[in-house]
Amino acid sequence: MADSAQTNGSFQRTISAIVQDKPGVLARISGLFRRRGFNIASLAVGRSETPGLSRMTFVVEGPDEVVRHVAAQLDRLIDVVSVHDITEQNIVWRELALIKVTADPNARREILELVNIFRVNVIDIGAESLTVEISGGRQKIDSFIELVRKFGLEEVIRTGRVATLRGTLIEGEDDGLFQSDASKPTYILPVISGESGSV
Amino acid sequence: MTKHLTGSQIVCEALLKEGVSVVFGIPGGAILPLYGVLSKYPNLRHILCRHEQGAAHAADGYARSTGTVGVAFATSGPGATNLITGLATAMMDSVPMVAITGQVGRAAIGTDAFQEADITGATLPVTKHNYLVMRADDLGATIHEAFHIARTGRPGPVLIDVPKDVFMELGAYDPDAPVDLPGYHVPGKAEESQVEAAAKLINEAERPVILAGHGVVLSRSFDELRELAEKAQIPVVTTLLGISSFPENHVLSTGFPGMHGMAYASLAIDQADLIINFGSRFDDRIVGDAKRFSTESKKIHVDIDPAEINKTIHVEAPVVGNIKDVFAQLIPKVKQTTHVEWLQHVEHLKAEHPSLRIPETDRLMGQHVVKALSDVTKGDAIITTGVGQHQMWAAQHYQFTNANSWLSSGGAGTMGYEVPSAIGAQVGNPDKLVWSICGDGGFQMTMMELATAAENDLPVKYAILNNNHLGMITQWQGFFYNGDYQAETYTRNPDFVKLAEAYGIKGIRVTKQDELESAIAAANAHDGPVIVDFVIEKVDDLYPMIPAGQSVQELIEDPN
Repeated sequence: MADSAQTNGSFQRTISAIVQDKPGVLARISGLFRRRGFNIASLAVGRSETPGLSRMTFVVEGPDEVVRHVAAQLDRLIDVVSVHDITEQNIVWRELALIKVTADPNARREILELVNIFRVNVIDIGAESLTVEISGGRQKIDSFIELVRKFGLEEVIRTGRVATLRGTLIEGEDDGLFQSDASKPTYILPVISGESGSV
Repeated sequence: MTKHLTGSQIVCEALLKEGVSVVFGIPGGAILPLYGVLSKYPNLRHILCRHEQGAAHAADGYARSTGTVGVAFATSGPGATNLITGLATAMMDSVPMVAITGQVGRAAIGTDAFQEADITGATLPVTKHNYLVMRADDLGATIHEAFHIARTGRPGPVLIDVPKDVFMELGAYDPDAPVDLPGYHVPGKAEESQVEAAAKLINEAERPVILAGHGVVLSRSFDELRELAEKAQIPVVTTLLGISSFPENHVLSTGFPGMHGMAYASLAIDQADLIINFGSRFDDRIVGDAKRFSTESKKIHVDIDPAEINKTIHVEAPVVGNIKDVFAQLIPKVKQTTHVEWLQHVEHLKAEHPSLRIPETDRLMGQHVVKALSDVTKGDAIITTGVGQHQMWAAQHYQFTNANSWLSSGGAGTMGYEVPSAIGAQVGNPDKLVWSICGDGGFQMTMMELATAAENDLPVKYAILNNNHLGMITQWQGFFYNGDYQAETYTRNPDFVKLAEAYGIKGIRVTKQDELESAIAAANAHDGPVIVDFVIEKVDDLYPMIPAGQSVQELIEDPN
């Protein structure tokens, strides 16, 4: 399914967990992944809609059966209330990135065109640089980064993925590559599978 | 009704409420406030051990032999880290334990204070759960949670770390507050559809084998196992830790399989068309090469822990639930049958591959010692062991007829388990005969606990199978390292009889086969701890053997 793209011979899987909002929970969870020797490609943690409970969304890379087994072991942790491997479910997800691009006056116009096409927000502008906020799927963010790389990437700060099951019954192809009406064929860009950050 | 007590008092009251009557431990600075109130709680018997590892293994032996939660106390820093081997041993074998450790005062945590160790961090992978309790108000509820977690579901050790000043702080304790753990569910009955699927496979099978694991022992499902096996006439293979879940003098008893198990047990599993696994985790010592494990059989896996299903071996019929409940669901659905041909074939395997041949020699061998122990005690002792050749000889040659009479470190393979676990078993079973079958290597890892046995008048009998060698190491270096023997010989073992005398306990030395029975009988008759130093043949390889990662095709039966 969408975005279980193969990297380094293994697949990325998205796991969503509801956990108790207590100290040490992340250490218990990350210990299980560490023990099986795989990387958490992205991680997002935040308080959930229920007081006392947090939601964690992981993207992990590893052989399917090992990831499934670790998910089962996660569920065994006392502080973990529920775990779901939602990779193959009908989900929507987003990541957020803040990208600081070198932007001298000559380049600024071209960058702003890309900003419009991608419907991202400029959140800071200086004499020599420009910072944008982009949210969407990994591929959209990767594509934007690749396109602005030639101007000079000063900083890329990416969050982990947050995901939720769709409320609609539509089996959409929306992987967050583009938002709303911007998804016209002409905007489909080559997907570059960049390395995501490690946690 | 809420009471206002010090943290130390809350610990003691909560332990008593959990039914604890014995604690194994050693004091130290950070836990002294707790020891300071013990005299006010005479119903909490404290057994002073000589090393925290010993305290942990004693609590483990107590827990395994009684089916209740074993409790250990240790202080901060090295006291707590010394528990880790004992916690890991209990974790691997799913033994219910609660360890309470002192911690440096709250203000000093994280400052590298004297005797500080991050014990909750260090024990994360070797406990089912752990806690650092920062308020006396939380202590009572935490202890009740810890016991609930330790004893329910798949049991395991839980550690509670308590800063010194929390023991001294006044806190509120409501003994009747309910345990609230939204992330913890205790499986009971299995889903009916899973039981139906399992029953269908059992009723259709022509060559079924039951593989009875530690889960049968932990859930105390001995009668149910026997009822199912007899109803459908299914041979019962136990795992190493499943030993004593099924009487070994029963006609359906088919030994234990795997690396050093009986050849006929491994062959029966290999030739079966259905494996019915109750509470075994398809450990690598049984499975070997997973790709070649019992390839012709379908598998049913009954386990309380869903994370064990399909972990190493793919199964056609998973059944997740408490084994005792699953037996009750399953037995009425299983048809009464006889598998005459298959049982005849299994009997044929037993005859063709005896595996338990006692060496015909005048010299004293490990097998002779265990056989004599089995004969003299009529299989009626609680046996604890360490890890190595002596453990396998004990598993092979002692005929276990009583339920839950075998305590051994199966998963962790902890040498040194034998000495303190026997103390725990004796404390929990004061009227039973407890024999600890030891190697001279493992015995010396925890022999300081002899003082604990002597001090508490615990009549544990220690049988040292003394060959001045790490026997299994010698065997592996011979088999797999071209006979390049390194660090396998103990040239300066102590005189174990004099050692016994030094501790004020009885010591007996046996060097000949014809001394065996009288020495064992004398040890049994002595009202106190005994060491019997069985001076056995220097080097003797252990068979049968399936080398690690291999299958039954590579089984070496006995070249002699």
